[in-house]
Amino acid sequence: MKKRMLSLLLVLSIVIVGLAACGKKDDTSGSNDSGKQQSEQTQDKGEAQDKEETQDDAQNDSDVKKFYIGGIGPITGPAAVYGQHVKNAAEIAVKEINEAGGINGALIEFRFEDDEHDPEKSVNAYNTLKDWGMQILMGTVTSNPSNAVKEETYRDNMFMLTPSASAPEVVQYDNAFQVCFTDPNQGIASAQYIAEHNLASKVAVIYNSSDVYSTGIYEKFAAEAKNHSFEIVAAEAFTDDSNSDFNVQLNKAKAAGAELVFLPIYYEEATLILTQANAMDYKPIFFGCDGLDGILGVENFDASLAEDVMLLTPFAADAQDEKTQNFVKKFEELHGVTPNQFAADAYDAIYIIKAAIEESGVTPDMSVSEICEGLKAAMTKITFDGLTGAGMTWTASGEVNKQPMAVVIKEGKYVSVD
Amino acid sequence: MNFLTHLLNGISLGSVYSIIALGYTMVYGIAKMINFAHGDVIMVGGFIIFTLMSTLGLNPFFSVLAAMIVCTLLGMTIERIAYKPLRKAPSLAVLITAIGVSYLLQNLALLIYGAESKSFTSVIPVKALSLFDGRLSISGETLVTIPLCIVIMIGLNFFIKKSKTGRGMIAVSEDKEAAVLMGVNVNKTIAITFAIGSAIAAIGSALMFSAYHNLSPTSGAMPGIKAFVAAVFGGIGSIPGAMIGGILLGVIEILSRAYISTQLGDAIVFLILIVVLLVKPTGILGRKIQEKV
Amino acid sequence: MKSKMLKINKSARSSIITVGMILIAYIICQALIVTGNMSNLLQNLLVSMCYYAIMAVSLNLTVGFLGQLSLGHAGFMCLGAFAGAIFSKCTVNAIQNTFIRFTLAILLGAVVAGLFGIFIGTVVLRLRGDYLAIVTLAFGEIIKNVLNVLYIGYDSKGIHLSMKDAISLNLEDGGIVLVKGAQGISGTPRDATFTVSVILLLITYLIIVNLVNSRSGRAIMAIRDNSIAAESVGINITKYKILAFSISAALAGIAGVLYSHNIATVQSSKFGYNLSIMILVFVVLGGMGNLRGSIISAVLLTLLPEYLRFLRDYRMLIYSIVLIVMMLYNWAPACVAWRNKLSSNLAAMLKKSKKEEL
Repeated sequence: MKKRMLSLLLVLSIVIVGLAACGKKDDTSGSNDSGKQQSEQTQDKGEAQDKEETQDDAQNDSDVKKFYIGGIGPITGPAAVYGQHVKNAAEIAVKEINEAGGINGALIEFRFEDDEHDPEKSVNAYNTLKDWGMQILMGTVTSNPSNAVKEETYRDNMFMLTPSASAPEVVQYDNAFQVCFTDPNQGIASAQYIAEHNLASKVAVIYNSSDVYSTGIYEKFAAEAKNHSFEIVAAEAFTDDSNSDFNVQLNKAKAAGAELVFLPIYYEEATLILTQANAMDYKPIFFGCDGLDGILGVENFDASLAEDVMLLTPFAADAQDEKTQNFVKKFEELHGVTPNQFAADAYDAIYIIKAAIEESGVTPDMSVSEICEGLKAAMTKITFDGLTGAGMTWTASGEVNKQPMAVVIKEGKYVSVD
Repeated sequence: MNFLTHLLNGISLGSVYSIIALGYTMVYGIAKMINFAHGDVIMVGGFIIFTLMSTLGLNPFFSVLAAMIVCTLLGMTIERIAYKPLRKAPSLAVLITAIGVSYLLQNLALLIYGAESKSFTSVIPVKALSLFDGRLSISGETLVTIPLCIVIMIGLNFFIKKSKTGRGMIAVSEDKEAAVLMGVNVNKTIAITFAIGSAIAAIGSALMFSAYHNLSPTSGAMPGIKAFVAAVFGGIGSIPGAMIGGILLGVIEILSRAYISTQLGDAIVFLILIVVLLVKPTGILGRKIQEKV
Repeated sequence: MKSKMLKINKSARSSIITVGMILIAYIICQALIVTGNMSNLLQNLLVSMCYYAIMAVSLNLTVGFLGQLSLGHAGFMCLGAFAGAIFSKCTVNAIQNTFIRFTLAILLGAVVAGLFGIFIGTVVLRLRGDYLAIVTLAFGEIIKNVLNVLYIGYDSKGIHLSMKDAISLNLEDGGIVLVKGAQGISGTPRDATFTVSVILLLITYLIIVNLVNSRSGRAIMAIRDNSIAAESVGINITKYKILAFSISAALAGIAGVLYSHNIATVQSSKFGYNLSIMILVFVVLGGMGNLRGSIISAVLLTLLPEYLRFLRDYRMLIYSIVLIVMMLYNWAPACVAWRNKLSSNLAAMLKKSKKEEL
């Protein structure tokens, strides 16, 4: 009995010490200077260079103020690839801005937290960042976690710009804005594009029923299709738990005589669908949305299978403009992979925040709520040219206005159709 | 003709499940533990073949052979470090440790290979077979997977029934204490079981990723669970049972997706599993549990 | 006489200690919150710790006391979460009083999960050991998969249901989609507070303690220890199995209601076998049949991944290693022997120093 009591006491004391320690953390994160120290402690190895720089800055000029921007997304678990691209791209953008002298003289301090694509963990990540002293949220990466976090940011009146969470509910409140298209938007645009260009009269859809992005696009696509000349002959779903065998769905599409298969899904599954369709000698037109971008970057994927695949996407890593090429080059050098559209969205997101800060004139010493009010007003005024579109504007609803671009894959390259 | 296509796809998927299920069923039969890390050993096998073949340009045959060796060593290491010390602990404790090992392997792979999914080049050189003027085509993977699965099962059955080590395995699974008295080295037998199970897992991973191509750190988890279900389906501990369970599971999964609902395919598979277990509480080929009073 | 008194009160004393611990922890936390000394992260985690503790305690009833391995416990949590969230979303305007609405939501969640518990219990409990485990896993996955494609909406004509997509609900303009398949339910009112959660945790704990120490509880444990012997002395095995299983399910339903009212959105994908296994980890680490251990391990293991965030990319890797090491430390005979040796050495040293003091 004594022994057990002893162990209990031990556990209790650990918990109490833990509580006290966290309490202390909170105490200090209110003011920026001590927050800075903490953030420097927690920086990761990869940013060692950054760290030295920031320390230098801090030593040279202790008056330099910093914006604390947080990011949230999955960097472990099945959806890790999206979060990792967002994190890496945002870090590149932050570094560029800081090297160029920051925003109105203020530097950016960026920290990214993992949410494992789980709403509950996402809220935990949000609170961790709040304890760190976050003033602006660049996130979250995926839709369902975003729906949970948006309630928190709304309560705290914290400005939130999501690079890639595309469900319309994410921007339900006035403090939230999107860089990417909303799902309904893409569904309608795809249906219109197929009809206008007379691509097919019989269309099959293969979508992921356990994914919000995919079902969102599919539903609007199906609704919009009723207004057009083509007919949906097969709408087949798959789930995250059974996403390796698509023979059933492809066979059904083939049996129904579909000339075009619409794939509102991400590129990992699309590579499988293309490979399996090829194996069964089924060669319709494949048409996708921005989720398909990145398909050519899949290591060891036979790009000839993706020949003639069409996609509506705001970003293509092979675009010839200087901005994109610079970004892609930097990203490939640092991380050894080609950035996908999530990365491009995140890179833009950081620059959009910069533009909005400059427009509104908010400063790092303002409160979270003041910054939010300033940025909210500024977002509707700015016009932004980025990797994922030129002349992006926002309305107070939070949705972005930009033109999707139709590209087709020819000889392993994205080629613009229009 | 459509039905035949679906059926063949189902048998092909099921063969993959049954090869993976063999690993579960052997380990369960002998060590009486559910090795939840088995699915992740398959993932590791996939990455090793991928690295050797696509990055280093090695011959597919030698890549698979190398993966078998690595997986065997991995399986034995896991057994030695994580499971052996817990041999006398309650079975749940070992189950949790196995889950820990599973997380460990997944996260190690994530750190080493990154989260980007890789496209796995098929290791199978056989061309697809086209029948009835192209109305029915059978992929090369299917052509190889099904016979290979049968060969492995027969070979394994032969090994266990005829060889000395194999009979040692039966003895350990029947009664550990009695086996010790008869001079069977229990620790060695269990280690060999893990080695064989993991080597078969490497073959399974070559077949699975050849047919379904997508390779990422989490791609072993779901097939692992399904293969475990297959092993229970057929009667866990029984080698022909794993084979039958796997193939049935694959066929049911594909047919229910084809004719009932693509969204609810998994739900239907699990529902049928429940019904089967209610009728035959120890699986299709499972032996009746004799309860000791 | 005195020793007999102690014996009788041993279980009571143990539960008083646990309740006291929870209350002290609650008071400390409240004090820290009121004085503004608690981090946002921890404040937010308080409710999560409570519902995970409820999950662990309730699963302990099935695994620890009834001796049946269940891998589908998260399914019941899922049912509770959905039932409670649908109720609250429907009545958020009709019932203004948060307390009444939330109480009703909790009761509804518990009843729905409990009814499913009775149903599933009746179906599966004739199976044994790992076969039972796999069937509970199957039920958990079925619940997850079905809710994942479930669409519910309502308009002036009433409630519409679909298992395909939102379009096939055929809602009128202005109709509201309540449950949106993979997107689940969002916009649930955030009624779960720390105080309510602690109260529910205490209630859960007391229900199980009372059950375990009652006649029924002794019957349940007799089934665990030797079901044939239990049957031969006239214990109705099926009845007690279903009793324990359904109570455990209903309590998991309560945890689910807390979950869906703590964060604003709930999806069925959260409640797969991974979550069931996580809860099982809490139970096994805390000790099977040890309710206090379940609570402590649920709390510590909920905190652990959050406080490992400074490890960045290595976080989950370290977590898995910690898990393996803890299991080995707790159960490996070599470790146990080493621990005993250490503690007896320590005790000897303490004795020695006490003597010297004297």
